[in-house]
Amino acid sequence: MTAEVLLQGIVSGLLMGLVYALIAAGLSLIFGLMEIVNFAHGEFLMVAMFTSYWAWALWRLDPLVSLPLTVCLLFVLGAATYWGLIRWILDAPMLAQIFATFGLAVFLRSAAQALWGVDFLVVKSPLAEGRISVGGLFLGLPQLVASVGSLAAFAGLHWFISRTETGLALQATAQDRQAASLMGIDTQRMFALGWGIGAACVGVAGALLSMFFYVFPEVGATFSLLAYVAVALGGFGNVPGTLVAGVVVGLVEVLGGLLIAPALKYAVVFAIYLVVVLWRPQGLFGRF
Amino acid sequence: MKASRRLGALSVLTAALLLGLLAGSARAQAPREVVIGVVYPLSGNLAQIGIDSVTAIRMAAEIFNGRSELNLPSARKTAAGLPGLAGAKIRLIVVDHQGKPELGQAEAERLITQEKVTALLGCVHSSVTATASQVAERYGVPFMNGESSSPTLTERGFKWFFRTSPHDGHFSQAMFDFIRDFEKKRGIKVKTVGIMHEDTLFGADSAKVQEELAKRGGYEVVAKMAYRSRTTSLDAEVTRLKAANPDVFLPTSYTTDATLYVKTAKTLDYIPKLLIAQNAGWVDPAFVQEMRADIEGHITRSPFALDLQAKKPLIREINQLFKKQKDNPGGRDISEAPTRALTAFTVLVDAINRARSTNPEDIRKALVAANVPAEQLLMPWTAVRFDEKGQNTGVRAILQQIQKGAYATIYPFDLASADVVYPLPGYKEKK
Repeated sequence: MTAEVLLQGIVSGLLMGLVYALIAAGLSLIFGLMEIVNFAHGEFLMVAMFTSYWAWALWRLDPLVSLPLTVCLLFVLGAATYWGLIRWILDAPMLAQIFATFGLAVFLRSAAQALWGVDFLVVKSPLAEGRISVGGLFLGLPQLVASVGSLAAFAGLHWFISRTETGLALQATAQDRQAASLMGIDTQRMFALGWGIGAACVGVAGALLSMFFYVFPEVGATFSLLAYVAVALGGFGNVPGTLVAGVVVGLVEVLGGLLIAPALKYAVVFAIYLVVVLWRPQGLFGRF
Repeated sequence: MKASRRLGALSVLTAALLLGLLAGSARAQAPREVVIGVVYPLSGNLAQIGIDSVTAIRMAAEIFNGRSELNLPSARKTAAGLPGLAGAKIRLIVVDHQGKPELGQAEAERLITQEKVTALLGCVHSSVTATASQVAERYGVPFMNGESSSPTLTERGFKWFFRTSPHDGHFSQAMFDFIRDFEKKRGIKVKTVGIMHEDTLFGADSAKVQEELAKRGGYEVVAKMAYRSRTTSLDAEVTRLKAANPDVFLPTSYTTDATLYVKTAKTLDYIPKLLIAQNAGWVDPAFVQEMRADIEGHITRSPFALDLQAKKPLIREINQLFKKQKDNPGGRDISEAPTRALTAFTVLVDAINRARSTNPEDIRKALVAANVPAEQLLMPWTAVRFDEKGQNTGVRAILQQIQKGAYATIYPFDLASADVVYPLPGYKEKK
């Protein structure tokens, strides 16, 4: 194993890890806000990817150009999910909450199969295409754009949550629903906003991902498992923690495959996850 | 702790995510003619393959039920129906197994006990063929298979199971025969082999056989990698391949992973000198369409090639008929899967016709005695003759290479319609 191969692995893992992190960010945000795990999160990703695909297929809009559209659509989908579904089960038993979002996942997936078929679709020749080579290392341009976009989305999210009044209200709601409501914060609106932002994050991720990953109705399941790991690893509800955890997952995946065996790369990811959960059940950066 | 309870539920649900939905079934009718049960995937992820196959089977049944000039076994005749059974007509009962072994098993049971079928035909997926043919074996009903490629199916030593098609052992053998012949023809030396496969039964079996054959042929296996089917990234795998740089790269992948491989290899600038794929993803028309620019020179094994029609008029005649079928919107050419199904079906009907009976034992004996000559086959095979395990021994696999965006037959050299492009061309950079 030469240094060059190892370095290539680190670069590839880093780029992919940032995308995993962004997918997980929305999930973590929603959990932090109201302690509900959204099992339809992968399907939100799938909807975002299909949006990018259709914008390209119908109007020849590049995923980067249609990104605002995708994000708005996903925001609406997230907020609508809250108003139409989650609002009614806020105080229901945990299993009911889980099955509600799980049912939504099955519904979205089946609807996508019925509407768009089960073929694997690819956005051809996006704006960011090809690769750049730096000292013998290869960086896929779409992957590079995606990871930069992911970092930008994280920065924006962090600014919004910690610097704006609405963001602070969101934090207050997450800390104590009743106290926030006594302070005059409309918690229903905050929850809807949280779902909207959570889905919008995965909208960014989906749009960026569609530049280099195939699109099909079950694509969400492929990524959501890793997103759950990143959320648990980073600490439930801790958005900056999710960023680090996503990168860790991406790095471990590639390095595990390179140094141990490709067949075992996910075993390594999940082993690290298990160790962290046993040693620090609240996750690497969790507080409870 | 809240988090751990949620984690428990999370893992249960993750398992549930992998499960699919349930479905309905077909209706019953009193059998009178020669009734054949056709068990295919009409929904699910291989639906199109199943639908096309059934279209070809229905078309063949019409050929047998009418008069025909076609040089298929038992098909050239001036009277309607099967001559061996005083003009009896074939009636098909088509059922959908959705790619689910348990559903295939249940449908086979129902077709045999309720519909009293004379024989069964199916099922594309090796896993479904395995369970459905087990039922047929128990009841003593002939089971004909035209497309499942798992070697184990005929290794079970069943008395009532027959497979016309080559299995993955034959296909992989053809790859190594090709490598050997190609070395001689071009005067090159292949020393090392790299194997990458997805981790379901199909990929694991394929890689096992390939590794054995490589060792037997004196080639060094410098990389053998399994990856999780539908993985999110193949960066580690391709980086390893690039470092090992085998002379020949042998991937076994379904469509999703094949797409991901091609994209990752392009990003990391990996170009094998020779790439020979185990069918599956590489023959998916959608894959060929989407990836066209980046898979020039890729080779895949295949049991059928449309470009052989120049040498075999029967292929052209059948293709013309197939294009006119009303269940074939857009008049697409006949492809590999429907041709395999049609071949298996004609061999079965020919045996029933020769048996002059619908008695299962008579049909089985006729199948055992089957000897369909090459000119009556759409496939590039020498004959259809079954060994004691029910495997056709006349099979021959061919290799095809993407040349200018479409597959051309390159091996065996006597059937080739094009020369081998070697080594693979590099990727076209975007300006």
